[in-house]
Amino acid sequence: MITEILAWLTDPANWSGADGILAQTWLHLLYSVLAVVVAVLVAVPLGLYIGHTGRGSVLVVGFGNAMRALPTLGLVTLLAMMFRGSAALAALVVLAIPAVLSGTYSGVRAVPAHAVDAARGMGMTSGQRLWKVELPNALPLLMGGVRNAMLQVMATTAVAAYVGLGGLGQILISGQQTGAYERMAGAAILIALLAVLTDLALAGFSRLLVPRGVLLAAAKSGTRSRWRR
Amino acid sequence: MIEFRTVRKQYDDGAVAVQELSLTVRAGTVTALVGPSGCGKTTLLRMVNRMIEPSSGTVLLDGHDVRDSDPAVLRRGIGYVIQQAGLFPHRTVRDNVATVPMLFGRSRRRARRDAEELIERVGLSREMGGRYPSQLSGGQQQRVGVARALAADPPVLLMDEPFSAVDPVVRAGLQDELMRLQEELGKTVLFVTHDIDEAIKLGDRVAVLRQGGHLAQYAPPEELLARPADDFVTSFVGRDRGYRRLSFVDSAGLDPAPVDTVHIGDTSADVPSRAEWVLALDAHERPRGWLHPNATVRGQLTEDQLIAGGSLHTLGSPLRGALDAALSAPSGLGVVVDGDGGFVGVVTARHVLDLIEARQHPALTEGAA
Repeated sequence: MITEILAWLTDPANWSGADGILAQTWLHLLYSVLAVVVAVLVAVPLGLYIGHTGRGSVLVVGFGNAMRALPTLGLVTLLAMMFRGSAALAALVVLAIPAVLSGTYSGVRAVPAHAVDAARGMGMTSGQRLWKVELPNALPLLMGGVRNAMLQVMATTAVAAYVGLGGLGQILISGQQTGAYERMAGAAILIALLAVLTDLALAGFSRLLVPRGVLLAAAKSGTRSRWRR
Repeated sequence: MIEFRTVRKQYDDGAVAVQELSLTVRAGTVTALVGPSGCGKTTLLRMVNRMIEPSSGTVLLDGHDVRDSDPAVLRRGIGYVIQQAGLFPHRTVRDNVATVPMLFGRSRRRARRDAEELIERVGLSREMGGRYPSQLSGGQQQRVGVARALAADPPVLLMDEPFSAVDPVVRAGLQDELMRLQEELGKTVLFVTHDIDEAIKLGDRVAVLRQGGHLAQYAPPEELLARPADDFVTSFVGRDRGYRRLSFVDSAGLDPAPVDTVHIGDTSADVPSRAEWVLALDAHERPRGWLHPNATVRGQLTEDQLIAGGSLHTLGSPLRGALDAALSAPSGLGVVVDGDGGFVGVVTARHVLDLIEARQHPALTEGAA
């Protein structure tokens, strides 16, 4: 079995072509990144607003839990039927939003209350407090949310192949249909590998983005493990 | 100058935090607001920079109603120091201190340069400027908090229990540092604390608040200790107030008496055994300890042959130090030193008490004499 998987993975013929591994990996990555980027554009401002004002925090929790309870395949199929074709991307966006939203929201809420109080007492306006104090200090948890979302979307993009969206899921499904288990297993390995590599890239990016002082403070207070997942 | 005019604060749930309170903080002085938790002291402080709006009454800052100013603009002109400092974790010490000047639009370079000067001024080294708050101790963070509040040179400083999260030794150091700074800068300071000793030490005047936001007494610390307005203030001021009040009684008229002295390094020939306590001094005439009556010295006199002395009273400082020196000395003789630490003479507890009594009953002691 393992030799068959290796044989499939190492056969150059499988890598090239429109349905080849390279093309599908590229599509898989493209869809996932696109979905997460759109989710970030929606959820980060929303999470910042809710965290900053405290208004609508019930929404974050409720929405997050409801989303977690939804069966992924059902949601993807439903949205694919509603939007048709590549608009099934919308399903991935919807899936990515809760993780980014709750990461951003809890990031803002986790900013030390006395630092925010000091910012207010020193004469920062509401907007200055958000941009200059809350956002930089929320970055560790915010990036944790983005990484969670990316992992989730990576896995779900494979499912999205059921509704005709390309990606490594395509190989997996066709492998299943033709009884080519080495293709199925090979694709599964590639999906996992891609997910891990993307997560590593995001971890590196997060390292660059999060201010040094915040990293030091997190390391000191032992909250590091909370966002390093 | 800060003026509270019949301010009252009632929250939506009906709880009254401050009850029709009037109080004036004179320009250039420190007023300590002290009281148990729930007495409304922090509420009162936060009314000054509009972090809390009074339900009725007005707060005047140099004669202007604070409500006439935009909150953010108002706050930039008032120094604000809080418990645990509230430093920004993502900014270096230097950039934390530069915060308000930069809000005022000063250039980053200039604000940072000024920040470094301030960092030194509050007793930290310039290199600390490049560190992050989490790399500092609690006491150091609090110093940075003070530097940050002073950065835009505001005339008024609000301090909300700034030193209560640090250990007693560090706290005493911070208090001394604040008193030194205040001597240089002469800010109008409103200082909230739950520690009556801190209030008495730092306040030019102390406002004692009672639960529910009532002003129980507003007076200089010596008056608070000498004449507490009611039972609440009496119990809040606490034990030993008669003794503590001596911190505010000057020691003029206290005449130190001479005592036999020897020097470290003297040989046994120079130090005959005596029936009295003998004080040992070093080469700079600073007291080092006592020789027991009838003690004999073998060879040269060294420090380990001495009995440790008590506290020292500096000439001209309050009477409390003189009495404590006498009570803490093994010989019962309180050692008096000059400003440089050089030996002047000794006083007994009897001396100090006579002086106190002479002031309380001048006629009586004159008659006796």
